[in-house]
Amino acid sequence: MTPTYYLLLSALLFTIGAVGVLVRRNAIVVFMCVELMLNAVNLSLVTFARINGSLSGQVMAFFVMVVAAAEVVVGLAIIMSIFRTRRTASVDDSNLLKY
Amino acid sequence: MSAMVLAQAANQVSTGEAVAFWVLGPLALAGGLGMIFARNAVHSALFLVMTMLSLGVIYMVQQAPFLGFVQIIVYTGAIMMLFLFVLMLVGRDSSDSVVEVLRGQRLWAGVLGVGLAVLIVAAVGRAFTDVTAVGLAGEQANGGKGNVANIGLSIFDEYLFPFELTSALLITAAVGAMVLGYVDRHLRGKRTQKELVEARFRGEHDRPSPLPGPGVFATSNSVATPALLPDGSVAEESLSRLIDATASEKLDEERKAVAGTLPGPDARALAPGKEK
Amino acid sequence: MTGTMNLAAEVQQASGVASMAWLLLVLPAFGAAVLLIGGKRTDKWGHLLGSATVIAAFVYGVVLFLDTKSLGAEDRLRDVHLFDWIPVNALDVEFGLRVDPLSLTFVLLITGVGSLIHIYSIGYMSDDRNRRRFFAYLNLFVAAMLLLVLGNGFVTLYFGWEGVGLASYLLIGWYQDKDFAATAAKKAFLMNRVGDVGLALAIFIMFKTMGSTQYDVVFAQIGNQSTATVVSIGILLLLGACGKSGQFPLQAWLPDAMAGPTPVSALIHAATMVTAGVYLIARSSPLYSLPQAEDARLVVMIVGAVTLLIGCVIGCAYDDFKKVLAYSTVSQIGYMILAVGLGPAGYAFGILHLLTHGFFKAGLFLGAGSVMHGMNDEGNIRRLGGLARKMPITFVTWTLGYLALIGFPFLSGYFSKDAIIAAAFSEGGGRGWVFGGIALLGAGLTAFYMTRLLILVFLGKPRWENLKSEDGRAYHPHESGWTMTLPMIVLAVGSVGAGAILSGILPEWLTPSIGELVEEHGPLSHTLIAVLTVAISAIGAATAFVVFGRREQPVTRPARVSFPVRAARADLYGNHLNEALFARPGVWLTRFLVFVDNRGVDGLVNGIAAGLGGSSGRLRRLQTGFVRSYALSMLGGSILVIAALLMVRFA
Repeated sequence: MTPTYYLLLSALLFTIGAVGVLVRRNAIVVFMCVELMLNAVNLSLVTFARINGSLSGQVMAFFVMVVAAAEVVVGLAIIMSIFRTRRTASVDDSNLLKY
Repeated sequence: MSAMVLAQAANQVSTGEAVAFWVLGPLALAGGLGMIFARNAVHSALFLVMTMLSLGVIYMVQQAPFLGFVQIIVYTGAIMMLFLFVLMLVGRDSSDSVVEVLRGQRLWAGVLGVGLAVLIVAAVGRAFTDVTAVGLAGEQANGGKGNVANIGLSIFDEYLFPFELTSALLITAAVGAMVLGYVDRHLRGKRTQKELVEARFRGEHDRPSPLPGPGVFATSNSVATPALLPDGSVAEESLSRLIDATASEKLDEERKAVAGTLPGPDARALAPGKEK
Repeated sequence: MTGTMNLAAEVQQASGVASMAWLLLVLPAFGAAVLLIGGKRTDKWGHLLGSATVIAAFVYGVVLFLDTKSLGAEDRLRDVHLFDWIPVNALDVEFGLRVDPLSLTFVLLITGVGSLIHIYSIGYMSDDRNRRRFFAYLNLFVAAMLLLVLGNGFVTLYFGWEGVGLASYLLIGWYQDKDFAATAAKKAFLMNRVGDVGLALAIFIMFKTMGSTQYDVVFAQIGNQSTATVVSIGILLLLGACGKSGQFPLQAWLPDAMAGPTPVSALIHAATMVTAGVYLIARSSPLYSLPQAEDARLVVMIVGAVTLLIGCVIGCAYDDFKKVLAYSTVSQIGYMILAVGLGPAGYAFGILHLLTHGFFKAGLFLGAGSVMHGMNDEGNIRRLGGLARKMPITFVTWTLGYLALIGFPFLSGYFSKDAIIAAAFSEGGGRGWVFGGIALLGAGLTAFYMTRLLILVFLGKPRWENLKSEDGRAYHPHESGWTMTLPMIVLAVGSVGAGAILSGILPEWLTPSIGELVEEHGPLSHTLIAVLTVAISAIGAATAFVVFGRREQPVTRPARVSFPVRAARADLYGNHLNEALFARPGVWLTRFLVFVDNRGVDGLVNGIAAGLGGSSGRLRRLQTGFVRSYALSMLGGSILVIAALLMVRFA
């Protein structure tokens, strides 16, 4: 067993998040899938920090968390305001911007 | 040299860690899969919580205890609760329907997902065949300040500027969330009757006049009786839309009651309507 | 011939009176500019200014003539350098004037006859609201023609040549609201362009082979050129001359040009436009006199002879006063071209005939205009008749012109036409007999149709008495005013006397420009030819008298006539020939090209546009507005990028 396994786990989690973004229609769930992808990346960063023996990876993961928090706050606010005007949280219903 | 060899030896994956990984890794994967397959959004959120908790523990195992705790406290504790909060606000019943609207979306999502996984796994697998981790144990041992103190030093020294930038980011996010979430219902004040009439005739409402009332008192006492227009035709608008939308079976009983075909109360019964 | 070739070296810079030769151009051009720019403000005195400028030019021309006359024969070739016109590297076109006996002869003819026509027009156009504009165009015409004959290089000549074409277009289409006039103007313009192409090509060849287009350089070097070059230049110049002078096969525009007002017809036919071709060939005499140019000269003679016959034959059949005169012009120009085609033996006679023709044809046209002016613009000779007593001055002057034209002894035509016929016979051999015979036959036919005209218009019964003109008015023939009769009288005097005077002095006067007159003696003596010509003309006139004079003529033209008459009435099928040979294939080609353009080029362009539009319309459907499908394509793109990176990394 080597740290490579962590990376593989990270890759699988990232893929699951990506697929989730594609198949789920509830905007909040889509958002959660994005969070999952961020977490997967964080896992790789932590693993790289360990492999290279440098704290930079962990600091980077820390920053990712901060950015994710900010993103979640704004994103959920957007979802809320969309829901207030359109009474729906489905990403498919917001499709006016098209041909 | 020997110190490094020692350090490397210390950084090799121990049996305990392997056990932890093989328990937590599948748990995290299961959480992810559960999240995308659960129809109920709240279940998805809970599955994600599971994944995040597993990841938090994995961080700790991977010599990152600070991040592990932040993951559990901030991510799982705060952010995910925010998600749940919003979910409750939006409505818990907004579970996705099973029918996919976009043709081929699920198929292609699956194909591309598998493709992406294969690509990354193959690449990672090829690139990191025989990795020996340097590990942070030595660094942590140096000076003995520990992981938290080292990260703190790092942030306030090497990464001070990005860190200050994140504060700006967070403030901006807070302001943005307030702007987006703030709804001032009394911004324009309550509309006066005059303004409402003008708005009606300007076409901001469906029709300039109120809907006609049903013809209840003219011929019958049912709200399902439509009003008649001066020329004798039926005014469709006078009927509540609910009457059309309600399934006729639901109204069976009422209809019978109105028609008088419902068996009347047994005169001898002590408590009428409860004999069945 | 060596004399002509050495001419180039003898050209001198003009001084004194001659250095002011640009006045000749500037005067009428100034008149045209003032009248055109001045607009309605010049309506009151516009015609006076127009006439005055041309008369002034004529006076200056006479002074210049006397000045040149006073010089020795070897000093009479003079150049006036004005400015460098087109100095481009190898091409250096000088804008200069050539003042020599040939150009002066034309200057006097153009300004003299032009002045008379201007004066005549004052009366003739008095009813026209746009008389001022008419005079502006006339001035422009004269200015362009003067530039044509005065230029000292082929490019300058070409400039004037095109100017004449433009002015003739404007004047022939004067009655622009009438369909036939617009068509005639267009026809004249187009057929002239055909000729212009020939002239332009000739100029190109000159520049290519000799590096210059100035007369002196070209004529000095033309002797060293190959036969092919000389012949091609000669034939291309002839093509230009054919277009301008209405020679076969480009003769069809000339009769149609009668659509313009009568003074225009007179100006075109007597003094300006049609003489340009003769001038061009006479001016190029150093080229045509070369032994290499033998073939080109033969072509010139053939064209002249054919045209002369065509003109005569068609002239016999027409009933329109001016058109008969027009075909008469065609045939007389044919005589001139035949004469200049004869080479040194004929240049002088060609110019001589041109001058005498200028007098009597202008007189004939002005007489015709006078008749039409008095007869509600009626031009059909079958509806005229017996006008001699109503218009005595017109009748007398016209008859003098008529006699001069048919070569009545000791009038103008007798000297010039007989000389050409004699020169044609003296060409020698079978060629001499053929061309001489044709010229002789033409003289007889000329007498025939001109006598027919005379009888039908001025003699016989007044057939117009019981008729009304097209606009419903009765005919009240009357003599025209003095502005119209005066020029006619002057021209009649010229018709009578010009031949006798000019035939004596002209050949010697022109020698510096076109070389010595070479007297040759053919199989028949000159006296015999003169007698023969007069006799044949008399026979023609007598025949016409017998046919038309003794019986009463119907007012409408007989419909059932023999084939030759029908052919002649149809212009000997010249228009049909042009139509079939050029117009129709041209139309076909145009249609084909339009088809190719519409279907091929436009199809390609529109097809690309439609294809892009269509495919965009379909690709547009990819923009569904669904975030998830965009995300799908993003994921697909990411996979591609990652795959590409890995392939590069692990290849």
